[in-house]
Parts: sequence; structure tokens; C-alpha cells
Amino acid sequence: MRDTLRGRFSFFGTPRVKKREPSPALYSTSEPAIVRRLLIAIALTFLGIFLVVPLAAVFAEALKKGFGTYLAALREPDALAAIRLTLLTTAIAVPLNLLFGVSAAWAIAKFHFPGKQVLITLIDLPFSVSPVVSGLVYVLLFGLQGWFGPWLAAHDIKIIFAIPGIVLATIFVTFPFVARELIPLMQAQGTEEEEAARVLGASGWQMFWRVTLPNIKWGLLYGVILCNARAMGEFGAVSVVSGHIRGRTNTIPLHVEILYNEYNATAAFAVASLLALLALVTLAAKSFIEWKSHERLVGR
Amino acid sequence: MKRHSVLPGFGLTLGFTLLYLSLIVLIPLSATFLKTSTIGWERFWHTVTEPRVLASYRLSFGASFIGALINAVMGLIVAWVLVRYSFPGRRLVDALVDFPFALPTAVAGITLTTLFTRTGWLGRYLEPLGIHVAFSPLGVVIALTFIGLPFVVRTVQPVLQNLDQEIEEAAVSLGAGRWETWRRVILPEVWPALLTGFALAFARAVGEYGSVVFISGNMPMKTEITTLLIITKLEQYDYAGATSIGVVMLGISFMLLLAVNLLQWWSNKRHA
Amino acid sequence: MTRRIVLAVLALHVLGLGARLAYAASKTITLLNVSYDPTRELYQEYNAAFVKYWEAKTGQQVTVQQSHGGSSKQARAVIDGLEADVVTLALAYDVDAIQQKAGLLPKNWQARLPNNSAPYTSTIIFLVRKGNPKGIKDWNDLIKPGVAVITPNPKTSGAARWNYLAAWGYALKQPGGDKAQARVFITELYKHVPVLDSGARGATTTFVERGIGDVLINWENEILLSVKELGKEQFEVVIPSVSILAEPTASLVDQVAKKHGTLDMAQAYLEHLYSEEGQEIAAKHYYRPRLASVTAKYAAQFPTLQLVTLSEVAGDWQQAQQMHFSDGGVFDQIYQPSR
Repeated sequence: MRDTLRGRFSFFGTPRVKKREPSPALYSTSEPAIVRRLLIAIALTFLGIFLVVPLAAVFAEALKKGFGTYLAALREPDALAAIRLTLLTTAIAVPLNLLFGVSAAWAIAKFHFPGKQVLITLIDLPFSVSPVVSGLVYVLLFGLQGWFGPWLAAHDIKIIFAIPGIVLATIFVTFPFVARELIPLMQAQGTEEEEAARVLGASGWQMFWRVTLPNIKWGLLYGVILCNARAMGEFGAVSVVSGHIRGRTNTIPLHVEILYNEYNATAAFAVASLLALLALVTLAAKSFIEWKSHERLVGR
Repeated sequence: MKRHSVLPGFGLTLGFTLLYLSLIVLIPLSATFLKTSTIGWERFWHTVTEPRVLASYRLSFGASFIGALINAVMGLIVAWVLVRYSFPGRRLVDALVDFPFALPTAVAGITLTTLFTRTGWLGRYLEPLGIHVAFSPLGVVIALTFIGLPFVVRTVQPVLQNLDQEIEEAAVSLGAGRWETWRRVILPEVWPALLTGFALAFARAVGEYGSVVFISGNMPMKTEITTLLIITKLEQYDYAGATSIGVVMLGISFMLLLAVNLLQWWSNKRHA
Repeated sequence: MTRRIVLAVLALHVLGLGARLAYAASKTITLLNVSYDPTRELYQEYNAAFVKYWEAKTGQQVTVQQSHGGSSKQARAVIDGLEADVVTLALAYDVDAIQQKAGLLPKNWQARLPNNSAPYTSTIIFLVRKGNPKGIKDWNDLIKPGVAVITPNPKTSGAARWNYLAAWGYALKQPGGDKAQARVFITELYKHVPVLDSGARGATTTFVERGIGDVLINWENEILLSVKELGKEQFEVVIPSVSILAEPTASLVDQVAKKHGTLDMAQAYLEHLYSEEGQEIAAKHYYRPRLASVTAKYAAQFPTLQLVTLSEVAGDWQQAQQMHFSDGGVFDQIYQPSR
């Protein structure tokens, strides 16, 4: 049954089945109005306290000393360096994870082989590993006292406390996102279309570009957006491997921490607001994709 | 064995997948286990059962559990409200639910802390009432509730949406009241998804660092989370101690993941 | 259509990547100074001065990079491979750790620079709210009922260890003071601490910006700086009767500097800390200078109090660590339920 709710659930819980508006029913299948209003009120209050207030607080604190100060905080050299580093890290991590996600989803969704469940669980592992432990494992491998440390030092290759270490830690924490979006999607889509293409004479790559990719494009975009948001915002793992060299190995989240520790809460929130904005953009993009995907399903 | 398939690329994609996994996950993790094994079973046991470490487990796991529980209850309500009712701003609220997921943990941490201290927007009302949020276990629970919020909502939503309203109508036509319908028809359908969402929120909360370390207070035996202890051990040059605690956390997380997998497998079977 | 989107996205990524990689590394020489928490402002000014001085002296352009964090955390990073040319840490113990665990500098490092490699000193004092509502005058006021004390975690913060030992030293100096009495005092003191930050700056932020606690115990330089930055209208400085002479130490990291070819420059960097210019900058940032002329000039800004040394309080760092700060030491025992 081609029901995307089976198998692994899709992480952002996209309603890829028909969205039902509440319909007038023959019999009353809804609660009395008072209960309804109460539930709405409870839900909105909860969300208000836990979502809206923090969101507002970030911007309020950032703009506390005026828009000029806000911009100045963002244009400061160390802040710019942090932004550059974050962008660089993300630019490396996301495409690699994209490649991985597509490969893994292809292998898992279209074929049968023993150990598939184990593979899926392994892919899920970074979700449950504490970010601190994630960073720690790389220190154990590449730190001066680690397995490869002496060899790296002898060849003057810097991984930990330099950009490659930050990229690695970011990759570790974010690589499941694309895979996890694609696997249930591709599993639900089955192999019929691809097989048909092959039977009709398409080569492997043609089949991939013209049949598979169009089918998964929205899920793919989703996964990339999630991966991107998480990569830019990762704190714990990067904090362990970074070295905190000002202007060199600080990403935006680390820079926020530094500013906060320098009595400069306003600047900290200013830089943090960049990430909050990114979060909002991510949400908007996600809604857009949902809307597009819904359009496609409904066949408009 | 692998069914002979018309589709190409199995070797290539599986090979690349395994290579990537090995380099990024398996080899680094094995370093952790190996480091831990260098200190022998007795010292390992001693390290992970120190009173301070035990207290941190209590806090980390306890607060995560409570946070996930709150999310389970409120998440169900939110999902229900979003799916079944229409009200102005519903789409906006729906989109906003994912905000904790997209917001970086450190930003969440300092924002929540700023909100709940004595001079904060929320703290200034709570402190005079004697409710101390910042630097107390309550603060940790709130931070963990925040970051787990989307999990339950997003797991339950699709199930609710897919719920066939005809079944409810049938129940009503057979004489069931609204509450009874809810209890016997809707809840059993939603239950596996609810459990899955709870487990995911819990697993995520247990390992959380960035959003908690600012608000938690870090008092040994009282408000110290386990991930902070790992860092403290590191800074005492006790690598093996840090990896030991890390291994314990890894083990528990892995078992949780397994439980989630089994839950989903079981719920799929039920629906077959 | 899809294909074009995907290609475009990938191409953008690659272009962006290339552009960033093409960001050419500068040709000037860089020095990395790995330092502890509160010295951010100090080294900002000192580095600018040193760059000018070095260029005037040798014509070479140099950039000094900084990293700040809790002293032990920084030492750990250096041990793990953070390539510091010099370290300027809160206590000699952390530099010793670098020597013992990574062999990056020689055993006799402390004797290589004047004053036991401590170019400036500080001490531990208190900061209270304006008006001193809880009437805090000395160490024993900290254990009065209802007083909340802010001090960082001795396991991760250099400042916290100095704080701890200062308190211990006070207790020893009291009539009939001995180890047992000191232990009682310390235990009572830490019971009054609601939050243990991991570093000196974190503790200051907690006290000052978040409004937690009645009294902050911290470096003298940190407290005097925060009063200057954040206003005398909100806080008052309280000088206890006794405190400890805190000696943050600096050292060359020989192996790293040799590898980078910055041995001479790094050595000059450290020596310049003892020069008149270096000492003036330190004094301006509320670090007690060593040079007599500068000390005389800035005498007014440093309070007078009885100072005990580390050796009087605990012997040396190895002994202090053994007795107080390692697992199962006195500090850990404070938090054990009493048996």
C-alpha cells in the first residue's frame, strides 16, 4: 500500500496525504464548542509561551540599543569571520550529506539485503548522540593525544582546532537529515516507475535524472533545508573541536557565546537573530514546499 | 540475498553509503569505546556510578522524561487543534511549531535564560511567586520541553489527519458519546504515534547540551547535566572518564532508538 | 526543469566554496596566544601595542590571534593539539599539565621568565550590590544565613581555585585555624553557592547581568573592570581582610613555536609583558604590575590587604590539586551527603 505513513515516519511529519478540512458530518463528530475553544486556548497559550515569547525576545534584545548598534554588531570583523566560517562549513557539509542521503536512500529503498534495519538504525545514530560526545570522538581520533595525532602533527596537517575538524563535527551531526527524508519517500514510491524506465531502454543515469529525481525533488529539498538549518546552528559538537580562536575558528553560534560572555548581550542577540531569521526562513521554505507538494498531489 | 534487480547502482550506492558511515560514524565511535576499554571494567564502573554522575543521570533523564511527558500531552492537544479546528492564524501556528527544531541550541539557551531570570520578561512575574526557573531543575525541564516540542506534534499530526471520520461517525451512530468515541476509537489509533513522538523527544532531550547549559546552574548533585559532566571530566584531563560516561549515554540512546524502531514496526504490523 | 534546479543548486555550492577557498591567507606571521577567561580586554590592547613595537624593532608584520576560555579548558585544548605559540593561563598548574601530558615545553619553564613567569598578579576580592544590603565586610560574612555567593567551579576554572584557596587561607589565618576548621568553613561557604559557572567571566555575567546572588568572589582585575564597565551606581567593591596572591603564569610553548618558526617573536612577546609599556597596559586593566615604577604610579587603584601566598595555604599546585580538587578531594566531599 502506497501509504507514506508506513515505514519510518518522515521527520517533519509532512502530511503527504490529503489534507482534510473539517467537514460537516452527518452525526456530530466534534466536541461541544466550549471544549473546542478551551482546547484552542490551551494550545495557543502553550505555544505562545514556548515559541512566540522566545522568538520575540531574541529580536527585542537584539534591537534594544537601536538598529544602528544592531548593524554594527553584524559588521564587526570577528562577527563577519564567524559568518564566513559558518557559510563555508555549511557549503561543504550539506552537499556531501546530500550525496550520502541520495545514495543511502537509493540502496535502502530500492533493494533488499540483509542488515537493512541495522543500517537504518546506524544512520539514525547522530540524532541520539549528545553533541558533546560527537565532538569528543573526533578529538579522540585526531587530537594530539589521539590515534592519528602524532602522524598528523608530523605532517603538519591540522584537523582538530581548525576548519576541517569543525566541518567533520558538523557532518556527523547533520548527515541523517537528507537520508531520513528520502528513505520513506522512496520506499513508498516503490520501484515500478524506475523498472519501467529501464525496461523501456533508459540507462542508469537517465533513469535517475528523469524518473527518480523529479519524484523525490520536494523531499530532497526538504532534507537539504533541514540539514542546512542544523549545520548552521550546531553548537555543542563544534564547541568541543573548535579551539575558539577569535576570527578564525568561531562559527556563528560560538561567536554568540563569546559576545554573551563579554558583557555584550545585545551584540550576542544581534548575531543570534541571524540564526533566528534563518530558522524563520527555513519554516517559510518548508511551508512553501508543502503547498507545492500538495498542489502536485491534488493535480492542479 | 539480494534479489536480482533490474535497477542499477546497488553496489555503488551501498558501497558509498557504508564508506561514508564508516568514516564519519563507526571509526570515531569505536575510538570512544576503545578509549573506555583502556581503563578496565572496575574503574569504568566506578566512574559511571559516582554519586555526582548518578545525580546527573537523575537530572538529565528525569528532566527529559518530564519534558517529553509535557510535550506528549500538550503535543497531542496542539496536533488535535491544528488538524480538527480552524481558527485565524492556524497556518502560521502550524508553521511555527517547527521553530525549536530550526533554532540553534545555543540561541535557545541564552534566550530562555534571559527570559526567566529575575529581570526577564517571564521571570519577573515568577520569581516573586517563589517559582525559580533559571538555574534550577525546573529551568532544565523548560529548556528540554522547548526543544522537544515539534516531535510529538509532528508525529501525531499525520495520523490524526489520516483518521477516517467515518469511523467516528459510525461510533456515534452506534450510540457512543463524544468522550467514549475519543477514548475507544481515536486514542488507540493515535497511541503508537504518541509513543513514538514521546520517545524521540526523550532521546533528543537526554543528549542536549547547548540549550540547557546556560539555564541549568551546574551545581554538582543538583543541577548538573550529564553532558556537562563529560566536559568537566575532559577538562580534568580524564579522557577515559569522559568517554566512559559518553559510552553509557550512547548505550542508553541506542536502546531508545531501538525501542522506537520496534514501536514503529509493531504499529505498522497492526495496520497491515 | 528539476534537473536544472538541482544543477543550479550544486553549481552555486561549488562556486561559493571555491570563492571562499580562494580567500588568500595573509602573508604576515601569526602568533597564537591561548589565554584564560578575563584577559580579553587586556590582550586586545597589549597585542596592538606589541604589533607596533615588533614592527618598529624588526620591520616584521605580525598578527596575534587570541583564544579565551576557562584556564583548564584551554590547557586541555593545547594538549589536544591547539597550536598555541604562547600560553597565558590562570595558574601554573595548567601550564604544568601541558608539560606533563604533551611535553610541549620543558620542565623548568617557570624559571625562564622573571617573577616565576608571572608578569602580573592579582588577588581575590568581593563585589556586592549597591548599598551592601547584606552587610558583607569579610569572608565570615559570606556564610551568614541568607547570603548567596557566586563563585565559579574549581574543577574547570582557574579563578575558582584561587577563590577557594583564598577562602581556605582566610580560615587558616583565624585564631585556632587549622585544616579541620578550614574544611568546615569551606563546606559552609559552598553551601551558599546557587550557581557554579564554568569560568570567571560566566560568574560575573551571572552576578551582574542576571542579578543572581548577593556577593561575587572573583579576580580583583575582573571586579574592578566590571565596576568600570557596568557602573558604580549598581555595585560596590568590598575588600576582605585577607586574600591570596594570585599569580597567573605565561609561557612559551617551545615545540609549537619551533615548528612555526616563531620562537624569537614569541619570546619577545612574553618579555615585552615585563617592559614598561606592557606593565602599564596590565595596570590599566587592573592587573597588579611587577615593575616598581608602574606599581607606584597606579598604587591608588589597588586596595591594600593582607596577602597570603599559595605555598602558605596549600604548598604547591600538585599538593593543592591532590588534596582539594581532584576526584574525591575536599571540594568533592563538600557535595557528598554527610555520613
